[in-house]
Amino acid sequence: MLEYVGKIRDIARRLLSENKVDVVIGFRQGTIPMMSEPAVVSRPEDVDELYWDYNCGINLTNYLTKRTDRIGVVAKGCDSRNIVTHIVENQIKREQLYIIGVPCHGMIDRSRILAALDGQEPTAVVVNDTEIVVTGPGFERKFNRQEYLQNNCATCIHRNPVVYDELVAEKVEEQKLDDRYADVKKIEAMSPDEKWAFFDKILAPCLRCYACRNACPLCYCPTCFVDESRPQWLGKSIDPTDVRTFHFLRAYHCAGRCTDCGACERACPVNIPVRLLTKKLNMDVEDLYGFEPGMVPDVRPPLDVYRPDDPGGFIK
Amino acid sequence: MMKGLLEYMGTEPGRLHFSWISSAESTKFVEVANTVAEEVKALGPAKHFIKEKAEVA
Ligand code: SF4
Ligand code: SF4
Ligand code: SF4
Repeated sequence: MLEYVGKIRDIARRLLSENKVDVVIGFRQGTIPMMSEPAVVSRPEDVDELYWDYNCGINLTNYLTKRTDRIGVVAKGCDSRNIVTHIVENQIKREQLYIIGVPCHGMIDRSRILAALDGQEPTAVVVNDTEIVVTGPGFERKFNRQEYLQNNCATCIHRNPVVYDELVAEKVEEQKLDDRYADVKKIEAMSPDEKWAFFDKILAPCLRCYACRNACPLCYCPTCFVDESRPQWLGKSIDPTDVRTFHFLRAYHCAGRCTDCGACERACPVNIPVRLLTKKLNMDVEDLYGFEPGMVPDVRPPLDVYRPDDPGGFIK
Repeated sequence: MMKGLLEYMGTEPGRLHFSWISSAESTKFVEVANTVAEEVKALGPAKHFIKEKAEVA
């Protein structure tokens, strides 16, 4: 990872001093462990702020929306696919971007590590090829890196950026997985009542804080349907019906666009697995339209276009 | 896909129906309306997406 840091800084310094871009958007170290945060750097002397580690799960495409300047942006596999989606949806122009591609090794799951620490406060977290070593006052704990990857990273098959101007390292080997949708299929196998109860249970802690929506690069509407009051599309309470309606619609607005970057799930303060909904849609869009979001520039998402051969089995 | 997601979240298959009927297709309209009514009746009254009482802050 550390070689990535040097490379990212070198590229950023070059781009800024040669005036190829106005800003570089990347990550910097957070103030507490496992919380790398987005950073916008505009002067070559500041590039040493930039950093890269296993905690860069925030999706930087979210910071590109409707910008008008020239931007160097650090992008892992999923970010690059969201950049493609952004370009297709006219949220940014390709010419404005210099994409610093980062072949990704997967991000570690901060919330599961914290849960395993059971209240112990980590002060340093070091990740090597196989292990995550967490230290704090009077303790040291080791976790297997592969096991403690973010759930979406464990099932990611596009770790290398799909668009880039420059890569910071050789491409990584993509994961070969038997079934990326095992969790979705498990739910599909339940009866309707079981499904209903299952989602009642997992959605119950939702606070309607909308962090999941705000973290998602797909959610760029100037006024989100949840915030509209004229007309008011859904209730603003934490009544289970309102919560469910919110989740149903949020997910559906991402249908055929979601890259499973996991930024939504990562942002949730109460660890709701919101990706179970978007993943179901990803699976369906793959089955029905043979489409994976953000892989090819110039192709609009399937629900955005009409084709005579669109699947219509549900219409009587 | 919308029907798919609703059913994935626990709405009964048979609760929601889609059809495309031209204003000239009166027979089809009757047929579809009957099937919808039968299937929904068979499922019984809706249990979901109902608010028992208005939520007052
Ligand atoms: S989803 Fe893939 S590209 Fe994105 S952070 Fe995880 S492993 Fe990396
Ligand atoms: S819905 Fe979640 S996983 Fe999908 S693109 Fe948005 S933040 Fe990423
Ligand atoms: S981030 Fe979590 S708690 Fe907040 S609205 Fe989304 S699911 Fe609910």
